Amino acid sequence: MKATNYTSTTNACKLCRPIGACLAFRGVEGAVPFLHGSQGCATYMRRYIISHFGEPIDIASSSLGEKHAVFGGGPNLKQGILNVIKKYEPAFIGVATTCLTETIGDDVTMILREFQEEYLNESHSLKIVSASTPSYAGTHMEGFRGATRNIVEAMTRGVPAPVKKHSINIFPGFVSPEDIRYLKELARAFDAEITILPDISETLDAPILLEYPKIPKGGTPLRAIGQMHGALCSIEFGRSVDDTLSSAKYLSDEFGVDAHRIGTPIGIRETDIFVSILEASTGKGLPEEHRLERERLIDSMVDGHKYVFGKGAVVYGEEDLVIGLTSFLSEIGIRPLLCATGGKSPHFKKAIMEVTRGLLPEPPLVREGVDFWEIEQISKELSPDIILGNSKGYKVARALKVPLVRVGFPIHDRIGGQRILHLGYRGAQWLFDTIVNTLISAKQESSKVGYWYF
Amino acid sequence: MTGMNMSVLEARKGQVYEKGDGPFKLKCNLDSVPGAVSQRACVFCGSRVVLYPITDALHLVHGPIGCAIYTWDIRGALSSDRELHRLSFSTDLQERDVIFGGEKKLEAALLELIERYEPEAAFVYSTCIVGIIGDDIEAVCRQVSEKTGIQCIPVQSEGFKGSKRAGYQAACNALFRLVGQGDTSGISPHSINILGDFNLAGEIWIIQDYYRRMGIEVVATITGDGRVADIQRAHGARLNVVQCSGATLDLAKMMKERYGIPYIRVSYFGVDDMAEALYKVADHFQDESIKKRTNALVREELDAIYPEIVRFRQALKGKRAAIYVGGAFKAFSLIKAFRLLGMKVVLVGSQTGTKEDYEELEAITDPGTIIVDDSNPLELSEFLKEKRVDIFVGGVKERPIAYKLGIGFCDHNHERKEALEGFIGMYNFAKEVYSTVMSPVWHFVPRKAV
Repeated sequence: MKATNYTSTTNACKLCRPIGACLAFRGVEGAVPFLHGSQGCATYMRRYIISHFGEPIDIASSSLGEKHAVFGGGPNLKQGILNVIKKYEPAFIGVATTCLTETIGDDVTMILREFQEEYLNESHSLKIVSASTPSYAGTHMEGFRGATRNIVEAMTRGVPAPVKKHSINIFPGFVSPEDIRYLKELARAFDAEITILPDISETLDAPILLEYPKIPKGGTPLRAIGQMHGALCSIEFGRSVDDTLSSAKYLSDEFGVDAHRIGTPIGIRETDIFVSILEASTGKGLPEEHRLERERLIDSMVDGHKYVFGKGAVVYGEEDLVIGLTSFLSEIGIRPLLCATGGKSPHFKKAIMEVTRGLLPEPPLVREGVDFWEIEQISKELSPDIILGNSKGYKVARALKVPLVRVGFPIHDRIGGQRILHLGYRGAQWLFDTIVNTLISAKQESSKVGYWYF
Repeated sequence: MTGMNMSVLEARKGQVYEKGDGPFKLKCNLDSVPGAVSQRACVFCGSRVVLYPITDALHLVHGPIGCAIYTWDIRGALSSDRELHRLSFSTDLQERDVIFGGEKKLEAALLELIERYEPEAAFVYSTCIVGIIGDDIEAVCRQVSEKTGIQCIPVQSEGFKGSKRAGYQAACNALFRLVGQGDTSGISPHSINILGDFNLAGEIWIIQDYYRRMGIEVVATITGDGRVADIQRAHGARLNVVQCSGATLDLAKMMKERYGIPYIRVSYFGVDDMAEALYKVADHFQDESIKKRTNALVREELDAIYPEIVRFRQALKGKRAAIYVGGAFKAFSLIKAFRLLGMKVVLVGSQTGTKEDYEELEAITDPGTIIVDDSNPLELSEFLKEKRVDIFVGGVKERPIAYKLGIGFCDHNHERKEALEGFIGMYNFAKEVYSTVMSPVWHFVPRKAV
């Protein structure tokens, strides 16, 4: 496969950095995400997020115009925050910058400090946290991880740590609301006290309501975030997470909280690692119902192994999702042919090699910084049997006439993306059944015979 | 009006009016209030909306990745031929480009994409950051045009330099550069350009068919199912027929000034406005046979849908509707369409309506109707509840507000997949309204229990 070097990007396989920060902020209790930039950014991102989650997401904007670009956006940022306070009565505002405000050189930290002094007295409990998210550096994942870490830093720095050390921090990265609900259920089964940051399980998957809430219920409680530095340990998902963006690393460096930085628990081995940490931290074995889920999963893998063995897959998306899926595919006998991401991480390739070691006849092709045009070009030569990723790869799948299993974000052409479970033994079970049935269905549709008894 | 006190910011009070509540006064055309969570977009969005449906041009977004990715094939503008518009092209500017300038990267990207896709023309959209770092996209476009022979047209659409309306103007300026280049020989004296229709769900094909049956030649469709070559000879048409809230009105004005082509404004939504549009065009040409054919067409089309409309009307009578759209012009037709269905419009608003738009809205709505400019989720949700709305018409950003409260919804924005223009469009619209309002799911929502 020849190395390509295109200047232009066609159908990007990544999102911009500020949207990641907004998503992370949405997972904090009582929060309003706020974009410091022109009005369009907030509107575009809201539309993008709504189309996946089917939920309202209010992202405020400083709505900068031409004169602000010249004289600075500070006054609009302050006025915007005041209006948000008036209308939304938030407990937390997460301010993310945009390429505009990064380039005109607004010092957001300073503007926010001035705001605190000018408008908030000491009794005011509102917390304002900012994230520097220039869209010309990094993807939505850097935005997501960076904002998460900024939240932790802002809520723990200079705050005396609670003495009682029994809770566990979980930094899951950008997973689905269903994934978060699963983590909570698992923790309950272990009888473990956990703090998940961010927690979008309710804020981006709320029930039907009678009253439109100013801010959706749920999110990581601020009180719990303020005690994360007193936790027993942190578990952070994502083998690609850089030290500078790692919340677990920060808590470990600053407060000595044990950091377990592990792969996103997709498939058996990555989940086993996660579970073993929970076991060690709680001193309890894996609860029976979850042990049974693991064993049923393996039982089903035996039942279905012949349908998938030797099949080739193309996997794309955020680094850590791709690493997790690749790990699982190699456990069930599917050959990941191409592992692609629009992001760039020095840890991506290494992680792919680690999670596939010993299970594959040959290592997959690993590509970072690619767009869907390039993914399509490469995939054409690889002739995959199945493609896994978000719905933006649909055009590639359609061009190749290969079925697409939709996972991750965004899923804009199906409902229920917020309810997809990727994590744990249960998530692996869903993945396995879906993958096998997708392949059987493809075989059935392409067969003249019309087999209907397998 | 309880809602007014609860969710409308002081700075926005002049932008909300309830008919009958004192003399009509509504502020509009203002900058969005920071922190108010406006439903508006930006200049770039305005330009992108207008130019996007041109199917054989390259649409290259010069900037960091966001602007290109959020506008990748999100609108249902269909093509009868090439589909370049459905691809998302970006220069994906990185930190070093921001520091050292993005012109070289832009040039390389343009050359690469022109070679790969052989487009008929290329539009280069500038985004916020390009306006700040000062890339001369005009110069780059000129150089690449010379090198390739493919016309590259800069679109001055820096997001922060105004509202969506400024983006319409920038798009019209770009289009106007194309007009006048083509050969106009052989164009019928009974000829028009269709402006302000974007061929969502194939709508322009419905309208084109009507004009064909009337005996009128359509020279260019601007921009739905648009072709560069057609736009280049658009100055050969005898009349510009302009739809929509001014998205392409500026182009019509420029064409009138330079080429003396008159324009009329129409709407293709709802049976009244649809029929009126065709009559207006027929009247313009003062040709008896065209008039005769138009009358026959309208009769035929109405006969085909009327029994169905009556059926829908029986079920929908008395239901309450709310409208929040981008441009106010569409709202006029929607109000009439809801009346035809026996429904009552209790809230109407737009992102970018003008003074004249709102005056007309005030004139055609019933007392008690809320009229609002540049609204936001908290206001809208409160109005929906206060007015006990059964169906909300809007776009993607309005949908979850309705659904979260257990209220029906009809997508009337650019993402729609159902053709809502033309006589058949009225039928589709009624069907859409019917299938959301009459769904059994509302039996189970909390709103029903109170």
